[in-house]
Amino acid sequence: MIWNETKECMSRDEKIVLQSARLVKTVDRVYHNVPFYRKKMQSIGIEPGDVRGVEDLHILPFTTKADLRDNYPFGLFAVPQSEIVRVHASSGTTGKATVVGYTRKDLEIWSECVARALIMAGVTRDDIIQVAYGYGLFTGGLGAHGGAEKLGATVVPMSTGNTKKLTTMMVDFGVTAIACTPSYLLHIAETLEESGEIDKIRLKTAVCGAEPWTDNMRRQMEERLHIHAHDIYGLSEVMGPGVSCDCEFHQGLHVYDDHFLPEIIQPDTLAAVEDGETGELVFTTITKEGLPLLRYRTRDLTSITYETCECGRTLPRISRFKGRSDDMLIIRGVNVFPSQIESALLEMGETTPHYMMIVDRVNNLDTLEVQVEVGENFFSDEIRELEKLTKKISHVLQQAIGLAVKVKLVEPKSIERSMGKAVHVIDKRHLV
Amino acid sequence: MYMKQLSVFMENREGRLEEVLAVLKNNKVNIASLSLADTNEFGILRMLVNKPEAAYNALKRNGFSSKLTDVLAVKLSHRVGMLQELLEAICEVHINIEYMYALSTGGDDASMVLKTSDLEATEKTLRDKGVEIITPEEIGLDFD
Repeated sequence: MIWNETKECMSRDEKIVLQSARLVKTVDRVYHNVPFYRKKMQSIGIEPGDVRGVEDLHILPFTTKADLRDNYPFGLFAVPQSEIVRVHASSGTTGKATVVGYTRKDLEIWSECVARALIMAGVTRDDIIQVAYGYGLFTGGLGAHGGAEKLGATVVPMSTGNTKKLTTMMVDFGVTAIACTPSYLLHIAETLEESGEIDKIRLKTAVCGAEPWTDNMRRQMEERLHIHAHDIYGLSEVMGPGVSCDCEFHQGLHVYDDHFLPEIIQPDTLAAVEDGETGELVFTTITKEGLPLLRYRTRDLTSITYETCECGRTLPRISRFKGRSDDMLIIRGVNVFPSQIESALLEMGETTPHYMMIVDRVNNLDTLEVQVEVGENFFSDEIRELEKLTKKISHVLQQAIGLAVKVKLVEPKSIERSMGKAVHVIDKRHLV
Repeated sequence: MYMKQLSVFMENREGRLEEVLAVLKNNKVNIASLSLADTNEFGILRMLVNKPEAAYNALKRNGFSSKLTDVLAVKLSHRVGMLQELLEAICEVHINIEYMYALSTGGDDASMVLKTSDLEATEKTLRDKGVEIITPEEIGLDFD
């Protein structure tokens, strides 16, 4: 089933006309309403009239996560604050969050995009869906919720944190669909297997996102739970979940390019790459009112194809992600930069700046261990003091990144020194 | 009179203790007493050695986090209840014992090494009780 056949199966020529009109409007709006963009465009000698269609997209300036941070909290909003009906936020690299805002129309479009994704994944208004992303500042919970309501499904707003309650309701309600992170779904599968309830569920579809996963994981969850699992992708800066999703053919994720213009660029030269070649994914939002972004660099590495999919959609498809062009990690759905750990440790001033992050997946849940060298200046010969220190570091890091951290004290110089770019992360999850 | 105790931070893994001892041996450091406190992930090696400063510097040069701490060594006669009486005296003045371990002096008496929340008060209390405090020279620790 296709939610919006007009938009999702539009011919390429028609699409370009639609996109061009929307792009021109967006450029005009940000030029006049967002001082940041006006200055940026003026500094490279561009006026709104210079952009006549998508063919001129390449002359526009890029936007990065740092720009959002520098304009914290509402500096990039293109409407008066009274027009903003909701904000979401994600953890930032320097302790400050990245804040995004939505107008009423933005929320409607967001719900439409998520509804398209859900129906692409086989969810219909007859389904009972548990939304098991975190509700709150994170876009996952409320984003998926809005789309599922728009679709008309029966929504159970589980949020995260109580797996036992979730599995009990899954059985009792006869839940047929779920939206959550892939690692959480595997954890749910395990819980169901242990309690012997796995044969009592009526689940048929899962829509998973917010962290990278592999085809292997998909096959595993499909076999264990007897379901179809779909990959939904999005980022709060661009909107949230529902920027793209994969259909039953699993040949890449369909991008809703009537709202988000994708580009793939070479991260070093910033030049466009050919279709099918890997590069960094860049989005320009062309319908957003609250926080329109020009050429936002996602740092996600992928490739794109404009060939019509077997499902009939003409929407371009991006491949499964091949990594990041920066050092960001996604741990349990939370964006983590090694620099956050570093600055938090330096701020404490009690440890050497040498640290190592060990990311692993134990029982399908991501774990983060941070090894910190015990410098002579804070070595105490009392166990109690060292344990106090471990707890303090763990607390400070948790505050900084919003994720439970296991701290391990190690001997000085035991963390390998690198001659070139320091290695601060060992990711044992093998996701890419 | 306090003793200078040498303590070393060690990860709880194979071979680490041996490496510390190798450094000490290569620097001709003799160990009079030793105690190892361990947790799941790390341990603290505490020692009374003949040349604490030299030993400390040698460990530092070899990349270990170590530290010199003042501790109190006391002589106890070998009889039932002696240690309990000593602790009772310390408890009475509300001093907390951080850690303690036995010290081998080779004589007829038993000896203990103590680290408390207030060493000065501990020493005074024990002296008042007539407990003998051991000096480094007494056990052949030549302080440098």
